[in-house]
Amino acid sequence: MAAFLQQVVSGLAQGAIFASLALALVLIYRSTDVLNFSQGEMATFTTFIAWSLMNQGLSYWPAFALTLVIAFAGGALVERTIIRPVEHRPEIVIVIITIGLLIALNGLTGWIWGAEVKSFDSPFPNRTTEVGGVVISIQDLGVLGVCLATVFVLWAFFRFTTLGLVMRAVANSQEASRLMGVRVGWMLALGWGLAAALGAVAGMMAAPTVFLDPNMMLIILIYSFAAAVLGGIDSPVGAVVGGLVLGVLINVLGTYVDFVGGELRLPAALTVLLIVLLVRPQGLFGHRVVTRV
Amino acid sequence: MPLLELKDVHARYGPIRALHGVSLKVDDGEVVAILGANGAGKTTTLRSISGMTRTSGEITFAGRKIARKATESVARLGIAHVPEGRGLFPELTVWENLRMGAVARGGDFGAAAKRVVGYFPWIERRRDQAAATLSGGEQQMLALARALVSGPRLLMLDEPSLGLAPTIVRELFGVIRRLNESEGLTVLVVEQNATIALDVASRAYVLEVGKVAVEGTSDELSRHEGVRKSYLGY
Repeated sequence: MAAFLQQVVSGLAQGAIFASLALALVLIYRSTDVLNFSQGEMATFTTFIAWSLMNQGLSYWPAFALTLVIAFAGGALVERTIIRPVEHRPEIVIVIITIGLLIALNGLTGWIWGAEVKSFDSPFPNRTTEVGGVVISIQDLGVLGVCLATVFVLWAFFRFTTLGLVMRAVANSQEASRLMGVRVGWMLALGWGLAAALGAVAGMMAAPTVFLDPNMMLIILIYSFAAAVLGGIDSPVGAVVGGLVLGVLINVLGTYVDFVGGELRLPAALTVLLIVLLVRPQGLFGHRVVTRV
Repeated sequence: MPLLELKDVHARYGPIRALHGVSLKVDDGEVVAILGANGAGKTTTLRSISGMTRTSGEITFAGRKIARKATESVARLGIAHVPEGRGLFPELTVWENLRMGAVARGGDFGAAAKRVVGYFPWIERRRDQAAATLSGGEQQMLALARALVSGPRLLMLDEPSLGLAPTIVRELFGVIRRLNESEGLTVLVVEQNATIALDVASRAYVLEVGKVAVEGTSDELSRHEGVRKSYLGY
């Protein structure tokens, strides 16, 4: 039982990383109606920036905070300069551009920082603690805590601030928002900025365990897609729940189901994705899209 | 000088021309109606004013040229446009929808909301309900209330009576009349229900295939034979 709970907790920590990146995907999906395939590479790029900042002698948390600011500005800049010129084009055009961005950022990361794997400091001690017979790593608890705190701050922003209200309104209807005098373009840029900052949190939390290299978020992005679809691609709550559930699920499957083991976790996640799309395409918390003709 | 003036406004949706030179004006404190059949260009006229179509020609509001300005900039000048389909935010609550009316123009939301809720007391009681769960009449009233909290200089309503029961339509136009009489609110209303529109408006324009066919005071139009036969049904 204790061993099982241990797997659950470390699954939650992994799941929290998926949840953060999945939430970033959902934020952009709700406002721009496209999946941002470059979300993972944006996260990788900003994690490398954090690594450089720490290499320059900055300690962890200042580097963390500065990275969030840089990620936010970078995300907003990407929206203004790359997405905005095509915003009225068909969605497939924007999707292809985000795929292009994925490839470009991946190449740029390798070009700036090199392809060799780097280690990334963790702010949390590499120890374990025992709660009721369950051994829990402090690293896992810290990752879970940081991700959930970020999600909470974001939730409070959307729920309690006027700017958050306006951003939710823009996600609901851009035209109606314009009629209220809202500068919709800036709100979209803000959404991309927040998503990029969220991705940076996921990247910095993942890097100590997966190590820093230009491809580190590729797999995590796939897990996050599965998590977002599981939760409902238009549901922020769904993204978080989907991420946590998926993290626990693949961890438990990998530990207790022999043929899954370490190698088949990704296919297991993709199976979840496939089953959701077949059985309940709107996900756990999403809205069913009904098209009437 | 009129508050709003359109001079020879043309508009198109892609290759399809929807307005062929519409000229009209609205003076401060007036209620003006735009009547016409489906596809006559009524909605397009409002959308052109709000910068939501490709237009040519001259549109002046409060002494400023606003043709081809962005929708949000037009709204910020004090034109509150309740569009076709009401343009509510379905997932936001009733109160959040109301707050959205005031976000861009600033000012004291509390006082504005209190004044507006005076016209629609049920809004206060159902403030935490999602807008999507309201009935059609309630949605229309919420859309009107939201337009009012912005403290507009011009209120534009696109077919407020569409799909509503006759008693609700009378209540709605009753509020519009009171707003005009007690607060001097200027209103430009597009309607297919010519009877009620002419009852509340002081002047009206009749559009036919993208052009003004007839214009005059509501009394003149009520007596006009063509208007009577085509739009009033007697």
